Amino acid sequence: MARKVTARRVWVSTAAAWLFGFLIFLPILWMVLTSFKTELDAFAMPPKFLLFHWTTENYATVQERSDYVHHALNSIIVAGGSTLIAMIIAIPAAWSMAFAPTKRTKDVLLWMLSTKMMPSVGVLVPIYLIFRDFGMLDTRAGLVMILCLGNLPIVIWMLFTYFKEIPRDILEAARMDGATIGRELIYVLTPMAVPGLASTLLLNFILAWNEAFWTLNLSTLDAAPLTVFIASYSSPEGLFWAKLSAASTLAIAPIIVLGWFTQRQLVRGLTFGAVK
Amino acid sequence: MGQITLQGVRKSFGPVNIIKDANLDIDNGSFVVFVGPSGCGKTTLLRLIAGLEDVTGGQILIDGKNVVDVPPAKRGLSMVFQSYALYPHMSVRGNIAFGLKMAGLPRPDIDRKVEAAAATLNLTPYLDRKPRELSGGQRQRVAIGRAIVREPKAFLFDEPLSNLDAALRVQMRLEVTKLQKQLGTTAVYVTHDQVEAMTMADKIVVLNAGNIEQYGSPLELYERPANLFVAGFIGSPKMNFVPGEAVGELAVATLGVRPEHLKIGKEGEGWPGTVSVAEHLGSDTFLYVDTGKLGMLTARCIGEFSLKAGDRVWLSPDPARLHRFDKDGAVIGT
Repeated sequence: MARKVTARRVWVSTAAAWLFGFLIFLPILWMVLTSFKTELDAFAMPPKFLLFHWTTENYATVQERSDYVHHALNSIIVAGGSTLIAMIIAIPAAWSMAFAPTKRTKDVLLWMLSTKMMPSVGVLVPIYLIFRDFGMLDTRAGLVMILCLGNLPIVIWMLFTYFKEIPRDILEAARMDGATIGRELIYVLTPMAVPGLASTLLLNFILAWNEAFWTLNLSTLDAAPLTVFIASYSSPEGLFWAKLSAASTLAIAPIIVLGWFTQRQLVRGLTFGAVK
Repeated sequence: MGQITLQGVRKSFGPVNIIKDANLDIDNGSFVVFVGPSGCGKTTLLRLIAGLEDVTGGQILIDGKNVVDVPPAKRGLSMVFQSYALYPHMSVRGNIAFGLKMAGLPRPDIDRKVEAAAATLNLTPYLDRKPRELSGGQRQRVAIGRAIVREPKAFLFDEPLSNLDAALRVQMRLEVTKLQKQLGTTAVYVTHDQVEAMTMADKIVVLNAGNIEQYGSPLELYERPANLFVAGFIGSPKMNFVPGEAVGELAVATLGVRPEHLKIGKEGEGWPGTVSVAEHLGSDTFLYVDTGKLGMLTARCIGEFSLKAGDRVWLSPDPARLHRFDKDGAVIGT
């Protein structure tokens, strides 16, 4: 039975949803606003919301002081590379677990997930030593590897749940229709799995882009992505809120634009299978 | 051609024997229905013929050739699934054409065959729609179209009508039967619905717990069930069973009589009892009669029967239509 929804109720819940959305968005908005303030205004008490002296000097300073393009390029390489490699490993893994499960499949899946339950800092020292001894500190290859390994369990889990949703009957129908395994993959499975693949790819890219723990600890300059670039503004010389905000805004801008254009896939990806 | 022969076919999943030694001859062009309660192995048997499962032992011959090592794609059979299993990203045309495309037919031939199949199934106006834009009945037609377009040696149907509503099911039942007769292609049809089995089949295979209990025409099964299971499974309402000794037939463990062969007799003749429920269906009346020591018996009478609950009746079985079973459930005599 449908519940009766009064106009008042609609109004109240709409307002509440907007308020909630605004609260979540507030830190980002505040960061962007701060990036256009002078350092003095950034500190001002009470805080200034819109009535302050607008300036772009922070962006100029940030550009001057550090090489944004270099770090952005590193971010793209590290996030993109680790995502691609993770997908290449995860697709066949998830595929076989979804379509040819064994008695141990559930255990393997849980075991993979359990690796995400340990705080990263717990293995920082051994990983750091391995990186140092193999000369991988501050290399893009090293970062690609560590981020790929870190996100692999999530990627496999996501793909596994997507593949699980594909009805077996349809694959068997293709088999009865005379499709070989290869053609079954190309003509039937892949087209049906594309939305799942796309949202996994996107989500993993965003996770890798925002990853800060390993990138901060394992890189300094050559391979340093945007996370390191942001962190460099909270330096021993003291905090420069306005400049830090400008750097952060620059760092998250690409990923926000990407997220904005792909929000439909992302939402679909996160709620996949919830509703038939 | 589509002659299918099973010789000693066995299938087990781990320690569980799903199919125990199935032997069967399905003639070319015949419509054979596998029927049985859920879990009896009927779908497994169909999937073994399709090649979607591997046999544990025995041989499956299609037109005399053993196909147990032949993949499903090469067996020349086509299958209609209970869930329709349409390709959701392809149009109706794409769905029907898929098998032909896989077979590498030239484009004009594919188009011609697809249009012909669509015309047969009244799907022409929907050729460019996606499966999600179709009703259940239309989806089922597409699934059937996909099966017929390849001109297979045999059709395999896995409970294809069970997702349709009652009215549509009756209509599709007729259409499938008509289509099969028209094409003359062998069909193997799995269902748990004995009405479908009785109305569609040339021959019925009754399965129970992985065994073939009986194989014969619908009327053979109805008139001469080989054992208690078939007697109880075929026919609706169910056949009545009474212990032999209770009615003075000492050599018989169980005596069976169908509801339609129990007459409401004169007072003092036959088995006395009290009507506990009378179901008036219009065309028939089903009387559920409590006979005390013989248990609850069902009698089928004409529609205008005016008995009601609580009335005292005498039931007399038609002596020519009695079924006698021994203590193992096998029929006695012929």
